[in-house]
Amino acid sequence: MSVLEFRPQGIYCRQGDFFIDPWRPVERALITHGHSDHARYGSKKYLCTDIAAPVIRHRLGDVKIETISYEEEINLNGVKISFHPAGHVPGSAQILAEIKGERWVVSGDYKVEDDGLSTPFKPIKCHSFISECTFGLPAFNWLPQEEIFREINNWWLQCISEGITPILAAYGLGKAQRLISGIDSNIGSILTHGAIEKTNQIMRQQKITIPETTLVSSKLNLNDFKNAIVLAPPSALSSSWIKKFGKISVGYASGWMAIRGIKRRRAADKGFVISDHADWAGLNLSIKETEAEKIFVTHGYTDSFSKWLRFKGLDASIVNTEFATAEQDI
Amino acid sequence: MKNFANLVYSLDQTTKTNKKIELVVDFFKSACNSDKLWCIALFSGRRPKRLISTRYLREWACEVTNLPTWLVEDTYSVIGDLAETISLLTPEKNGYSEKSLTAWISELRQLEKQSLEKKRHFVVNAWSTLNRKERFVFNKLITGGFRLGVSQKLTVRALSKITKIDEFELSLRLMGNWHPDTISWNSLIINDERKSDISRPYPFCLASGLDKDTLELGKRSDWVAEWKWDGIRGQFIKRAKELFIWSRGEENLTERFPELEALLEFIPDGSVLDGEIVAWDGEQPLDFNILQKRIGRKKVSKSLIETAPVILIAYDLLELKGMDIRNQKLEARRSKLTELINPIPNNLPIKLSKEIECKTWADLAHIRETSRSQSAEGIMLKNRNSDYYSGRKRGDWWKWKLDPLTIDGVLIYAQAGHGRRANLYTDYTFAVWDGNQLVPFAKAYSGLKDEEFRRITSWVKKNTIQKFGPVRQVHPELVFEIAFEGIHESTRHKSGVALRFPRMLRWRHDKLSKDANKLKDLKAFLT
Repeated sequence: MSVLEFRPQGIYCRQGDFFIDPWRPVERALITHGHSDHARYGSKKYLCTDIAAPVIRHRLGDVKIETISYEEEINLNGVKISFHPAGHVPGSAQILAEIKGERWVVSGDYKVEDDGLSTPFKPIKCHSFISECTFGLPAFNWLPQEEIFREINNWWLQCISEGITPILAAYGLGKAQRLISGIDSNIGSILTHGAIEKTNQIMRQQKITIPETTLVSSKLNLNDFKNAIVLAPPSALSSSWIKKFGKISVGYASGWMAIRGIKRRRAADKGFVISDHADWAGLNLSIKETEAEKIFVTHGYTDSFSKWLRFKGLDASIVNTEFATAEQDI
Repeated sequence: MKNFANLVYSLDQTTKTNKKIELVVDFFKSACNSDKLWCIALFSGRRPKRLISTRYLREWACEVTNLPTWLVEDTYSVIGDLAETISLLTPEKNGYSEKSLTAWISELRQLEKQSLEKKRHFVVNAWSTLNRKERFVFNKLITGGFRLGVSQKLTVRALSKITKIDEFELSLRLMGNWHPDTISWNSLIINDERKSDISRPYPFCLASGLDKDTLELGKRSDWVAEWKWDGIRGQFIKRAKELFIWSRGEENLTERFPELEALLEFIPDGSVLDGEIVAWDGEQPLDFNILQKRIGRKKVSKSLIETAPVILIAYDLLELKGMDIRNQKLEARRSKLTELINPIPNNLPIKLSKEIECKTWADLAHIRETSRSQSAEGIMLKNRNSDYYSGRKRGDWWKWKLDPLTIDGVLIYAQAGHGRRANLYTDYTFAVWDGNQLVPFAKAYSGLKDEEFRRITSWVKKNTIQKFGPVRQVHPELVFEIAFEGIHESTRHKSGVALRFPRMLRWRHDKLSKDANKLKDLKAFLT
């Protein structure tokens, strides 16, 4: 039995009459997390986790948002719905929809490693699993984040010794806060671009602990922050905003940095391989643990990854969605 | 190997030239002489002899990783570099090796006569001994081609810092035919024992694209203007009665152009000429397309020489009677070149690249417009008072190329790029109208900004009609202005034409697909 189906507007539940992360405006949208390709403007009613809601509210403005806690169960027209931690960013969820014992899970975006900030990912047993596969190739294998934080700290120290400013480019929702929490703030101050600081503020208001940061405003005297590191979204690097820091070294924090060529294309001085998506091992392990009979893969290396799953004896197919990857802009 | 792998990794971690020089200098300070030599050799494309086919490397990578062949291939096509792909796929075993770069290379070489099984054992064992950075270098030693953004100029600057030898002199020492297998660091760099190597070419003097008004160059009469010939730049060397021809990429081309041997009799010993090798119909150069048939063929058949005969159009003289005259002025070098060529009978395959005579810059601009009818790409401008520099030095030599030909085409297929562009759709096929049919005429993948590629990528994902493997057929909606350097008839393409160096000039947001050009517009360029 099909609990969910794939419509031009997005992933749809007929019996419950709701969409999950629709890319066109609908009556009722269940949202896995706040990234712009998953939480889009224009739907009548939204449902997301209580932890994800403040950022989504900030991003979508005046819309009707209901919230739900992780593991809490609700019923929509006879469909049992619950949200489960996806470990992607704070408040991100996998959504489980169940009709008469038939369980379907939409993964949203997810990662397996506990980043210390988001509620850690937990695989959900189900019959059908709709999984992302942004990094669904065996070349993508992440190191533990502590090792990456150590690399960033070393680069930061190196920059200080050379008298230049390290600029760390990272996605503004999730990745930036993860980095801020992970790097060693004893080395110096952490300065932030407005787009990142806004998200920091929202998260602090909801009692998520994020180390102290300072917004780079026009009034800020940079001479008072000699040993600082600057966090900025990738888009800020091509703006004139970046000029005020004088001599800089640019580091990108993204899973794509695993590929030499991509790092060279970005003309990055440093590439730090750290992602909020599952790596090859993470995808394979999660899918196995769901014990799902049927797998649908959405955005990422869908051709290769679904073929691989079939090669492993699973019933896997591709679903075309309009999800970008949260890290596409790197 | 550790210090070299770290160098390769660190060079990747910076975009700044001074930092790169510093890194190479640090490596030179810490490395033994033979490692230093190998480093220079690898950076300049002199790789160890290839002993293991990449086919086997892929096979063994599949075995070690337990992955199916197609998945390793898919991954390779995304990463775009086999050495890198294997270094990412093979598991980290926390092994350790203190062996030097030279030691690894010589062990690889000893495999030459060994069985395939011995080779396999060595390679698989190396993968589990070396860390990821080292595995990448090790694989590169087998597959070849270190592209690290380290130019010859950069290597020379670093070398000069540690040896205190002048850069101009060092770049000469590194030219031509040498290999770490047959020469030592001291012989090559310190003692310049190749001084007596009669095949050694000079570093080429390079021109920059003209990026200003010709009026800013000063007086017209201070400049030599010549056609910019569309052929292969080459150095023609006659020393000790022997002939050597080198391409700008330092490839020895002597045997590819046997008809040029006829010149040996007429050119005095101890001469080095710089010029363009072009296919020639007796009157003027033939299309580059015809010359292309001769490039890449080591053995040249008689019939090919007849259908695509070449000549040397000479434009500079670097050595005369065994004397290096590169520090003489262009004016003087050209007059000596003229004296040298004038007595040579007309039917021999050499011509002087003539000066274009005209009084004003405006006249020259008009003449430039006729470049295509001369089978030229535009005009070269060289200061009469210039030396023959090593490499590119802005200011005295300019390329003043014609604007490219252009046509508006509709995007019909898109394919993801690899390597630098692994996560973007960047390889496109364009079509023009033939009646109400769209006929593909060119593939292009360069010319747009990253930001545009990102927008097109997200458009492609939403506008795919069908997929053929990695290729997506998209709704024929987006129009691009395609620039190209030349066009010729081709039976291999549906459109009946093939373009030279097509690339995207700009995205025509202002045009709908119906406004794109027609096939007959494209064919009009053929005449």
